[in-house]
Amino acid sequence: MKRIIPALFAAALLAPATSFAHDRWLEPSSTVLSGDDTYITVSAGAGNDKFYYNHNRLALNNLAITGPTGKSVKAENEFEGKLRSVFDVKLTEDGTYRIALASDGGVFARWKEGDANKRWFGKAEGLEKNVPKNAQDLVVLERVDRIETFATKGNPTELEQVKKGLALSGDTHPNDLYAGETAQFVLTLDGEPAKNLEVEIVRDGSRYRDSVEEITVKTDEQGRFEVKWPQAGLYWLHADLKDSKTSIKAASERAVSYVATLEVLPQ
Amino acid sequence: MKLSLKTTLACALAGAYTAPLHAASLAVEVEIPRIQVAEYHRPYVAVWLQSADRKTVRDIAVWYDYKMPQEEGKKWLKDLRQWWRMSGRSQDQLADGVTGATQAAGKHTIQVAATHPALADLPAGDYEVIVEASREKGGREVLRLPLAWPQAATADAQGESELGRVQASVTP
Repeated sequence: MKRIIPALFAAALLAPATSFAHDRWLEPSSTVLSGDDTYITVSAGAGNDKFYYNHNRLALNNLAITGPTGKSVKAENEFEGKLRSVFDVKLTEDGTYRIALASDGGVFARWKEGDANKRWFGKAEGLEKNVPKNAQDLVVLERVDRIETFATKGNPTELEQVKKGLALSGDTHPNDLYAGETAQFVLTLDGEPAKNLEVEIVRDGSRYRDSVEEITVKTDEQGRFEVKWPQAGLYWLHADLKDSKTSIKAASERAVSYVATLEVLPQ
Repeated sequence: MKLSLKTTLACALAGAYTAPLHAASLAVEVEIPRIQVAEYHRPYVAVWLQSADRKTVRDIAVWYDYKMPQEEGKKWLKDLRQWWRMSGRSQDQLADGVTGATQAAGKHTIQVAATHPALADLPAGDYEVIVEASREKGGREVLRLPLAWPQAATADAQGESELGRVQASVTP
C-alpha cells in the first residue's frame, strides 16, 4: 500500500479524476536517432500494465521538452485521446532531448464532512477556495511529480541536474543503454543523492510473458544504483517517497514520485 | 629490400613484437548473402576496428545510401547500432573517407594499406574487426574477428542471417 498512495495523488492530478493508482508513462517511438531533421512521436498513458493503454491518457499541460542546449522545444501535433495522449517532437539539433511531464505546486487535500470523505486536487492557490477553512481531519499533501524520457540525435549530451523532486543522473547516459551491460545511475532528490530508496524497473511486453519480471534495486548512501540489463527493450523505471520538505504552508507532507522510460538496445 | 617509409613506420609501431615487420596491410572480405524476399534492400554495412577497451575505434568502411536526396540515407545509420554508438554518432563528417555505396549480394574485399588513416598511427595491440550489417525490412547481424595488429594472421567467422563468411587478414 505504501507505494500506491503517492501514485494515486499524482495520477489523479495529471489525468482526469477517475484515474487511481495506475502506472503512468511516456513511450517514445525512438530514442537513438541519426540524420538531419528527425521526428519522434511520444505517447502518454496511465494503466495497470506498463506501456499498455488500458486506462487513461495523461494530460499534456505540464509537458516540458528541453533541447541539447537547454532551449525549450515545442511539441507538435498534441492530441488527447481516451486512452492515450500523443505528441511529436522534432529533433533539429544534435544531442539529447529531455521530454518530461513535470509538475510541482500541486496539492491533495482530504477531510471529513460528517460521515462523508471529501477530497480535492489542484494547485496550492486553489486550496482556500475549495477546502473549508476549519475542515474536520484535514490533511494536505504537496505533490512533486516527474514522468520523463530521453531521446538523442547524434552524440549524447550531458543532462542538466533537476533541482526539484526525484530525477535520474549518473555515469551512464540514459540513451546509451545496451543489453548485457551494467548501467550506473544516481537518483537525486532536490539535486542531492536520494539515499536508500527502492527503485522498480520493469521491461515492456508484459502481456507476452507470464510474470512481470520486475527488477528491484536500492540506492546506496550516495544515491547510486546499478542495473544490468537482461535484454533489449523499453524499460519503466520508478521510485517514490514521502517527506516533510514541503514548500506549501498548508501541506504537512510532500509526496514525490518519478518515472523514467529507458530504451535498451541489443549488442 | 627497399626500406620504405611505410616499413619504418610499421617497424616503429611494432616495437612490442620481436620480429621486425614490413608495412602491414589489412584485407577484410565481407560476404553479403543472397536473400529471397519479396522486398529486398541492400544492407547497410559498417566495418571497423576497435580496441578491447573501446578507446581506439577506426572506421574501415561504411556502406550506406549516401546519395539519397537531402541525405535521407543518414536517417537509418543508427540501425548499424553498435557502429553508430562506437563511431558514427560522434563524427562531424560521417564516415569521412570510408563511405561507400551499398553492395549487392556476393563477396567484397576491402583492402586497407598501412598508410590509410585507419591504420597509419594504430598502436600495436589487440583489436577486433567488427562487421555489422543491417537491412531495411530485414534483420541485423554483427560479427567480431580478433586481430593482433600488426601480426600476420587470418581470422574468419560465418554469419547466419545478414552476413555470409567474413574474413580479416593482416599481411606483412
